[in-house]
Amino acid sequence: MSERVHFLLNDRAVSSDAPAGTPLLTVVRDEFHLVGTKPGCREGDCGACTVLIGELGPRGLRYRSVVSCLTPLASVQGRHVVTVEGLNESGLSPVQRAMVEHGGQQCGFCTPGFVVSLTGFALCGARGGTAAAVEALDGNLCRCTGYAGIVRAAEEVATRVGPCPADEDPLAWAVRRGIVPARFAGVAERLAALPSPTPAAVAPTTRPIAGGTDLLVGERWHREAVRPLPAGGDGRPSVAREGDELVLAAHCTGTDLWHAPELRAVLPRLPEYLKLVASTQIRNMGSVAGNLVNASPIGDYTILLLALGARVCLVDGANAARELPLDAFYRGYKQLDLAPDERITAVRFPAPPTTSRFHFEKVSKRTHLDIASVNTAALVDVADGRITSARVSAGGVAPVPLLLRDTSAWLSGRPFTEATFAAAGDVVQAEVTPIADVRGSVRYKRLLLRNLLLAHFFELSAARGGHA
Amino acid sequence: MKQIDAAAHVRGESVFVDDVPDVRGTLHVAVLDSVEAHARIVRLDTSRAAAAPGVVAVLTAADVPGENQVGGILPDEPLLAEDEVDFCGQPVALVVAETAEAAHAARALVEVEYEPLEVVTEPREAARRGLLIQPPRHLEAGDVDAAWRACAHVVEGRCRSGGQEHLYLETQCAYALPEEDGRLRVLSSTQGPTAVQRGLARVLGIDMHRIEVDVRRLGGGFGGKEDQATTWAALAALACVRTGRPARLTLDRHDDLRMTGRRHPYEVDFRIGLDAELKVLAFEATYYQDAGAAADLSPAVLERTMLHVTGAYRVPNVRVTLYSCRTNLPPNTAFRGFGGPQGLFAMEAALAEAARHVGVETLELQRRNLLREGDAFPFGQLAEGCNARPSLEALDAWCDLARMREEVRAFNAAHRFHKRGMAVMPICFGISFTKRTLNQAGALVHVYSDGSVAVSTGAVEMGQGVTTKLQQIAARGLGVAPARVRVESANTLRVANTSPTAASSAADLNGMALARACAELRGRLLACAAQQLGAAPGEVDLVDDRVVRNGEGAGLDWPQLVARAYLQRVDLSARAHYATPGLDYDTETQRGRPFAYHVYGAAVLVVKLDCLRGTYVVEQVLAMHDFGESLNPHIDLGQAEGGIVQGLGWMTMEEVVYDPAGRLRSNSLSTYKVPDIHSMPARLEVRFLEGASSDRAIYRSKAIGEPPLLYGIGAYFALRDAVLAFDPEARFPIDAPMTPEKALLALHDRGARA
Repeated sequence: MSERVHFLLNDRAVSSDAPAGTPLLTVVRDEFHLVGTKPGCREGDCGACTVLIGELGPRGLRYRSVVSCLTPLASVQGRHVVTVEGLNESGLSPVQRAMVEHGGQQCGFCTPGFVVSLTGFALCGARGGTAAAVEALDGNLCRCTGYAGIVRAAEEVATRVGPCPADEDPLAWAVRRGIVPARFAGVAERLAALPSPTPAAVAPTTRPIAGGTDLLVGERWHREAVRPLPAGGDGRPSVAREGDELVLAAHCTGTDLWHAPELRAVLPRLPEYLKLVASTQIRNMGSVAGNLVNASPIGDYTILLLALGARVCLVDGANAARELPLDAFYRGYKQLDLAPDERITAVRFPAPPTTSRFHFEKVSKRTHLDIASVNTAALVDVADGRITSARVSAGGVAPVPLLLRDTSAWLSGRPFTEATFAAAGDVVQAEVTPIADVRGSVRYKRLLLRNLLLAHFFELSAARGGHA
Repeated sequence: MKQIDAAAHVRGESVFVDDVPDVRGTLHVAVLDSVEAHARIVRLDTSRAAAAPGVVAVLTAADVPGENQVGGILPDEPLLAEDEVDFCGQPVALVVAETAEAAHAARALVEVEYEPLEVVTEPREAARRGLLIQPPRHLEAGDVDAAWRACAHVVEGRCRSGGQEHLYLETQCAYALPEEDGRLRVLSSTQGPTAVQRGLARVLGIDMHRIEVDVRRLGGGFGGKEDQATTWAALAALACVRTGRPARLTLDRHDDLRMTGRRHPYEVDFRIGLDAELKVLAFEATYYQDAGAAADLSPAVLERTMLHVTGAYRVPNVRVTLYSCRTNLPPNTAFRGFGGPQGLFAMEAALAEAARHVGVETLELQRRNLLREGDAFPFGQLAEGCNARPSLEALDAWCDLARMREEVRAFNAAHRFHKRGMAVMPICFGISFTKRTLNQAGALVHVYSDGSVAVSTGAVEMGQGVTTKLQQIAARGLGVAPARVRVESANTLRVANTSPTAASSAADLNGMALARACAELRGRLLACAAQQLGAAPGEVDLVDDRVVRNGEGAGLDWPQLVARAYLQRVDLSARAHYATPGLDYDTETQRGRPFAYHVYGAAVLVVKLDCLRGTYVVEQVLAMHDFGESLNPHIDLGQAEGGIVQGLGWMTMEEVVYDPAGRLRSNSLSTYKVPDIHSMPARLEVRFLEGASSDRAIYRSKAIGEPPLLYGIGAYFALRDAVLAFDPEARFPIDAPMTPEKALLALHDRGARA
């Protein structure tokens, strides 16, 4: 029944006939008995199950860290899956040695995940200093060390093991430095030689997924025959500029957003915002389109794109295409204007003119890798001290991710002042209907939204118009 | 010296219970728990589940061969619910199947019909209704009523500290293996191997000698596996005994969060009185501990709170009453600090309120009231080797607290929406189990004829490095290189009647026993060496793997000596026992000496609060800590750093939320947040205080597990300081954790203010 998935697991070419949606963690531990990869939460929040996925791309073989608990088996077809065991040689690698020397581990349960994530950072060239190394560990939890020893180890890797020289290929460098075993040098060829997936008769009803990071939450045995988007999607770039529009392909991930120069040109602070969205591992996996379809009232990408005036491009089973504004996509709590046979092919939004100012705010109990209590984005044009147009969105304050139409309209034409945004904090209250939940009381969410509008003002005025 | 497991940890080669390969015929267990917080079970039908594919058995309370009871201190906690459930998450039935997947799938087929009963989730409400775990505890010292009259300032207040999920990364798990003659071998992720052994004997109705419990290591414990590991081992054992096949039980995270208890929330009403010189004359308080639905360790936790009500301060007149309140929530249990942190939190709250009332900095009150050598605690024990003041003085000399305060003021004057806050947190923590019996340990040492050494104690390795310390103690005790010593798992067949690895005391108790056993062996071997060398017994010694005579090498190394001793039929094994001397606390009079010694220290914490968003960062934690003469500074530093960050989590983001029906809402890692790598303070520094230690600490290296967590309490008061810098008139409840929500409401919401 199932399609057999072929991949390279550490130094072995293997295949599995587990259902396509089975979490990679379950396959690695239960089928291949590699128990160094630990189940900590099965919802992508602890990173104990982190593995590396290597894939061949235009720039050769590249690795990224993922949480194996949320990785559907089928998505590793033709790829190199590296568990902590795959990093072991007779001695310790520089990453392993740094963790030992600096007391980066105590009980040892989260440790393999940290070692793999930090190795992933090193495999990308160990560039960006200690801060970048620490960011690469933003999806790993440790309950013993308080992270002090781990940060010391990260510093060691970033500043004394790395960085990789600018003119050297990071993978070749990592092999040369013993960060990964020498056999990694031959992986590209071995991947190319892997059998193609057994052509399976995929039922038309099989759910296409791009990422799956919400689908697999809490599921040790997800037995659904999902159909992950193929690597590289339909061949289109994940982010492209087409005339005055920016186009995100269905397979575009948070990491793709982060690195896209097309986006950096119009949204210079985007990486700063993306740091508040999920973790390194999840950004490496989860897609923007998946975030939209998931329809969470608090989806971060959704809130960003609502303010940017995005439209979703859909195609149905008969290849008929249509487009609709993102805010019209949401009809009610987890209710979409989406037919069962329709799927997102792309998300488009007008490139904000250089005269516009854009900002994103998010407050959650923990600043990183948490779900917002309230998030909001604002795209504002200012001329001669007046707001000429405003487009403000907010999450966590309604059953759907909300475009604040009334507040946006109210802002337009008014002076670009603190007083205006303070008053907008009153106007917005009529437009939102937050509920009390584990992320906050109604009173809190209303107060927070009010204050975040003011925060927009301070941040937007600091931006002083223009992105350069 | 680094942790001996470290290399295996970073290679992913360390074996945890769930990593142990299945032996042939292994079955898997899934637990069905109550969905009601308080209800009668009207109907329990397991037939559909039993008929599901792969299911071998579905077990309920009726299948328990012995006593259906796991309550340790009080027999009030059935292993499996009988006719009533008392909390959401209470185990009701077990599904035992060929695969874990089949067991989990069939769990949904067990049919339970409940008739709901009234649910109580608030400890004060429980106390009002007389729903108490035990009669209230009282402690009184001096004459409180007379003292109020001498006070220049009397301040009343109320505070609350919340629960805390252990979030050990390795969830609760056990693997039970049948052996011949009705014996059972159990691999358990427990801090208390003997507790599991005793619990299983009771549940299965067999003698303890038929049950072997083996513990290699834990993927974190923090108290959560002191008492509460027993349930899961007992359920695995029940499945094993009922099917005759090996049975494995590993809770998934959501089950673990829902079914197990946490740190006890406390609500405290206090009244504090100061004289004109700002000396605390009197402290009176009532504590409401939320015990949850069963006693578990709550009475012991409450007792430790009672013995820590005055924190690091001298308070001559004290009267406290403590209620352990029975609510319909999962039974709360041990968590690093074990009631001590809740006691210190309330004392700091009282001082902070008093300081605000008087119009001085809290630090001023702290300075004036810190314990001095020879001061009496309210239960009569005197402060000996008291490092309370030396800690604060050393901290001040290092950090210049006045300068730090000036810098905070200057920053606050220059910033409209960002305010810094600062707090000093002096700590004082008593070392010993308050239950005297538990202050004992045994050790077994084998020297093999090749000179290699195997050590067994009751100490459980859970990341705190006790295995490494035991290796060091044995090497030091025998005079050999650490590499000759292997520290074995904690196993009830090798060391019996062990105390749990808890109360920060595993290294002290087990280390003392081990040092004794090693001294015994060393004596035997030196006698053998003296005879061999024709020397007087006092002339020879063992140093670095060789025999020395009057300080010179005697041409006899350790393996040669051991081989010779074996040939001469010298006993090369020794066991020893240690019981902490001098403990005489009387629970009737509430007087005496419950603690072998105290650990002290002082930390300063600085936070930066974003007053527009309610978010904040803990920027600095600088701690001057009383390690004694640290046996392993590398490990002890890691314990201090980890404890501090765990304490910060308790005070900031870690919020346990139940709904009024008693269902856990913070039931996943997406809704219960613990510190991540970005939460670590940019500056986290711990220094070693030069000061008095105690002979009751192993090699004068003081207990380290719990005390540093207490520094985290300062984060709450630093945040409070920052809120008051934004609005000096702000009125808000003292209610930890200070989540961004509570901070924002304190900063801006007039309606939310008391």
